[in-house]
Formats: sequence, structure tokens, C-alpha cells
Amino acid sequence: MQLWLIPLAPLAGFAINGLLGRRFSRSLVNLFAIGSVLVSFAWVLYTLSRAGDLQTPRVEHYFTWIQSGSLKIGCDFALDRLTAVMLLVVTGIGSLIHIYAIGYMAHEGGYYRFFAYLNLFMFFMLTLVLAANFALLFVGWEGVGLCSYLLIGFYFDKRFATNAANKAFIVNRIGDFGFSLGMFLIFANFHSLDFASVFGQAPAAPVGTLTAIGLLLMVGACGKSAQLPLYVWLPDAMAGPTPVSALIHAATMVTAGVYMTARAWPIYTHAPAAMHTIAIVGIATAFFAATIGLAQNDIKKVFAYSTVSQLGYMFVGVGSGAFSVGIFHLVTHAFFKALLFLGAGSVIHALSGEQDMSKMGGLRKKIPWTFWTMACAAVAIAGVPPFSGFYSKDAILIAAYENAPWIYWVGVITAGMTAFYVSRAMFLTFFGKYRGDGYPHESPPVMLAPLVVLALLSLGGGKLFPVPEFLRGVFHAGEPVESHALMAISIAAGLIGIALATLMYLFQPGMAEAIAGRVSGLYKLVYNKYFVDEIYDAAVVRPLVNGSRAVLWKAVDAAGIDGLVNGLAARARDVGGLLGRIQSGNIRSYATWVAFGAVMLIFVMGLAGGLVR
Amino acid sequence: MAQVPASWFLMLSAALFALGVAGFLFRRNIITVFMSIELMLNAVNLSFVAFAYQHKGPGGVDGHLYAFFVMVVAAAEAAVGLAIILTVFKNRGTLNIDEVDSMKN
Repeated sequence: MQLWLIPLAPLAGFAINGLLGRRFSRSLVNLFAIGSVLVSFAWVLYTLSRAGDLQTPRVEHYFTWIQSGSLKIGCDFALDRLTAVMLLVVTGIGSLIHIYAIGYMAHEGGYYRFFAYLNLFMFFMLTLVLAANFALLFVGWEGVGLCSYLLIGFYFDKRFATNAANKAFIVNRIGDFGFSLGMFLIFANFHSLDFASVFGQAPAAPVGTLTAIGLLLMVGACGKSAQLPLYVWLPDAMAGPTPVSALIHAATMVTAGVYMTARAWPIYTHAPAAMHTIAIVGIATAFFAATIGLAQNDIKKVFAYSTVSQLGYMFVGVGSGAFSVGIFHLVTHAFFKALLFLGAGSVIHALSGEQDMSKMGGLRKKIPWTFWTMACAAVAIAGVPPFSGFYSKDAILIAAYENAPWIYWVGVITAGMTAFYVSRAMFLTFFGKYRGDGYPHESPPVMLAPLVVLALLSLGGGKLFPVPEFLRGVFHAGEPVESHALMAISIAAGLIGIALATLMYLFQPGMAEAIAGRVSGLYKLVYNKYFVDEIYDAAVVRPLVNGSRAVLWKAVDAAGIDGLVNGLAARARDVGGLLGRIQSGNIRSYATWVAFGAVMLIFVMGLAGGLVR
Repeated sequence: MAQVPASWFLMLSAALFALGVAGFLFRRNIITVFMSIELMLNAVNLSFVAFAYQHKGPGGVDGHLYAFFVMVVAAAEAAVGLAIILTVFKNRGTLNIDEVDSMKN
């Protein structure tokens, strides 16, 4: 089916723009960057239209990548229904965001560089979802991490951007370490890294082994998908351009952990302890991040914490055994969160770079298209029926209830908070009086068109794409349970959240500050994100830096290694200086040495009784 | 016919060689030093030929051949060496070997 063409088109775009883009005009850069992604999207559609029902994965083997002893890793792509969903999300949303970026980046330097990185990201992301073994998946996994690093640090002359890029990369190393160990353990037990082979053997393996593998892979997923305790990089990653936040840090890359967990479902279903851990990590992250989102004033920060929180929901979904539902939320989240970020980008664009919501307000009339499309995303994420977020979130909560009721209740509270912070962001941005001093202007059509498409998807995506039914065969899942009571409670939570936000930010604008003043301790704690960064700094970063400086640098490197090397060199020089005195340059002294040597030789031979006996 | 014993030749050779060494070590004039080298070479030639004469047998001309080799080398060396000496004198204006020590530093 020529699956290789799907990731290769963006790679070609990257190569052309990356190598020659400096000399291209912007429209030529657009042609290659957008064109390559559209080719990829079109090829996905074409392939899927001819692929049949895909109940069993179709594997394409291209070449053997690594062969060493019993380790054999091929460059294999596989297409099944799960991959099909991911391909559509990545190329579909990716195309929209590429188009949007034409408008957003119009006034920025490094235009070709931006699109080259974005295309490279698409290549790695598509490799990740198409891979038919863990090693190739890991290539994509690391590749998207690299592109994330490059794009967070896109404004490389800004200190905070490069710091954020480093932070993202380093925190992800921790997760990737766990992932690598998980892969080693898989190979040690199953003697293969191919999905088909590993998952075929998984049911027969001991539970302890599977639990260990599951937990190690989860560490990797926690890093990439920004879960507790490794979520800290994602809010900082907003230092990158907004289309990057939408594509990489909301819609696609950060969901790679969820995809990987769902892909490894045969391991997890036989390791209930690991799965339960995932659910607990997910719900803790969802709740924790949502509380932080309540008090942020930077519009992108609100959505960043919202993303962390929503990824927590997906973890709850896959951790409750409802893999298809977790993927469902991944899809709908890709719609509405990409839209929220692109909308925020449009607002920021309109205000020439302003991100602080306390300097916004009243923008509803000035940028109506942005407002209405973002409103669609807001109702979707708030879980208002019948919009897309409602279906997926509700399905996750019901699955969680079957697994552990307390997770459901925390999830409902989180849903209420989600509705609250999104409404708060909308009211602060679009309602009331304009508090800034610029002249807001609506974004160009090239930015608005993707917003409109995403708005339609956010509204209708839940009904339009019944992902759980589509994926039922993949995960061997049973019929989904429906519970009207549970559904009503979660809807109510969302509506209460919206109502509270309406009251506090629309009807009585002073109320929020009054409440914040009354619980100022708690407010400060939340506003400062629970001081997690400071705690990590004090507990991990500083000891590491100081320890490295005092022990590794001063003691081991400077005194030990340098001392050894320099000492050897100095002794050699001393000895050389001593021997150098023999080399006087005077021929007769050399001759004396020769004669002396000859006499000594004869003398020794005389003592030994001659050369030949 | 009484033969001159080989040890006599060797003693003469050793004496010539020792003279050569002494001249090489203690004379300052480069030409004298050069002549001392020639003296050492010829002392060695003498011992080669003496041994060859003493141990003559079928095809026993190895010693003579070596002597010829040494002569050829000595001739070549004399040509090159004298040329060097001439150049040194032209450049330095001296034939004192102690003043020709620019190899150091």
C-alpha cells in the first residue's frame, strides 16, 4: 500500500525547505511545506479508502534495519484501525495548523526554518504512529522530542525560550530512560521488539514481568504526555510559537504516550496493577493541573495546564481498560484544544503579542470570528452535550466508575473545574471592557479558515467520528456501558462550572478578587503552581548542579583526571629535559658517547665470554 | 713458507682503528676528523681482508667483497663529506668542529 509515502512527503518538504529555503520566497516555502503535508494527508485518505476494513494489521516490510545476534529489527510499518485514527488526526490537524501558520508566522523571521522543523516533526510523528516495532516507534518518539526542542527554542535569542527548550528535552530524558528500560525488558523476555510477536507472547508471560514492563513504559509515557511528576516541561513549552503549541504540545506529540499505552494494550490488560497505576497518575494529573489552570493569567498557560489535565483524562481512560475511549478523547481533544490554541494565537496576533488576559477583555466585537470559533471549542471542552468533548469525557468517566468509583468523582470535580477555567478565560478575553492599549484587528482568512474547520469538528466531531465503535475490534473490548445517572452528574458539573464562571467574571467582576483575597494563601499557592518548579529546583536541580560542580568538576575532573594527565605530561617533560642535556650539538661529544658505548659493548661481551660460544 | 700470523694483522688493524678513534675524538679540524674516519674505515678493511685470507675456502671471498663495499661507501662518503666541509667553510669561515654546533637549538 506504499505506506512509506505518508511520512516521506513531509521529510522531503523538510529537506527542500531546510536546505534551500533561505533563498526561497515565502510563497515557495509555503508550497513545499504545506504541499508536502497535504500530499501526506491525501495519501492517508487514499490508502484508507482502499485498505478494506483493517480488522487485522497490514504490515509492510521495507528493509532490515538492525541485525545483531538474535536481535532483528526491521524498518516495518503497520496499518490497523488504531494507526488509521492516529494518521487522520496527525495529518488532518497537521494540515490545518500548517495552513494557519502561514498567517501567524507572516511577520516572523526564520520563516523557512519554522516550516522545515514543522515538516520534520510531521515525519517523525507519522513514523511513530506507523511503526510496527518498539524500536522504530522509539525513533519517532525521540524525533518528535527533538522537533519539540527545536520549536520551543525557535526564538533562540530569547533566554526563556532556550531554557524552556532545554527543560522539555531534559525532563523527557527521564521518561525516555524508563521507556528504554521497558524495551530492554521486553526484548529480554520476548526476544523480539515486533508488536505482533511481543503482543502474541504477552498473555503467556508472568504477571510480574508484564507489570514491570508496563510501569517502565508508563514512565516514558508520563514524560512525553506530561503527567505527574514529569509534567513541568509542558507549561514552559508555550515559549514556542502558538501553532507549535497547538500541533505538538496539544494535538499530537503529547498524545504519543496515550497512543503508546493503547498500542501496548495486550501487556496492560495482563498487568492490572500497572494499568491501575496509570489511572491513578492520570486522575491525579487531571485534578492537579486543573486547579493550577484556575488561577493563571497568561492565556496560553491556562490552555497548557488544561492540556496537561486533559491528557490526565486520557490516561484515566486507558488506565481503566477503556483504550478506545482514551483514543476517542485524544481525537476530540485534538480538535478542541488545537482550536483553543489557534484561537489564542489569533487573539495574541490581534493584540500584537500580548498574552496576559488582564490586558484583554471586550474582544468579542473586535475579533468576532476568533470569538465564535473559540466559543465552540470552549463548549466542547466544558463537556456540554452534544458537542465532541462531552462524548469522550463522559465515556472516560463511566469507564472509570466501573473501575474505581472514587476516580469517577474526582474526574467529575475536575470536569467542573475545566468548565470553569475555560469559561473564565473566555470571559476575561472576550467580555467586559477592553483593558489593553493596542488596536486589535481580526486575523487574515488564512488563519480563520482552519479555525472554522476545527470549530465544526469540535462541535460535531463526537457524533461524526464514533471512534470507540471503530476501534472495538482492535482492543477486543465489550459493549460500552451507558449510565444516564452518571452522565447527568458529569453534565451538571460542567454546567455548574460555567455558571460559576459566568457569575464571577461576567455579572460581578469584583467577586473573583474578593474570593482570591479571602483565601489568599491558597490562591497564592495555586497562582504559583504549587511551587513545583521551585521544589524541583531545590530538591533535584540544585543538588545536582552543586554536586556536579563540587565533586564531578572540581574533585574528579580538575583534580583527578586533569591532575593525572597534566602530571604525566609534566613528568615526561622533566625526564625529557634531563635527557635533552645529552644532546649538546657538539659532534665530538656524540662521538665520545659512541666510543664509550662501543667500549662498554666490548666489555660486556668480554664478561659474557663472547658473542658466539 | 712462513706465514705472517693473522693476529698481527688484527693488532695492526686495532691500532689503526684506535688511532682513528683518538683522532676523531680529539682533533678539532674537520678535515683531520674526516681523515680519522677514513683511517677507521681502512682499519676495518684490513681486518676484513685478514680474516678472509685466514678462512679461505670454496668461494671464500666474502671478506674481500665487504672490503670493496666499504671502499665504495668510503668513496661516496668522501665526495659528500668534502662537499659538506667546503660548504661549512664557505658559510662559517671556520673549520673548528666545536664551533659547528647549530644542531642544538
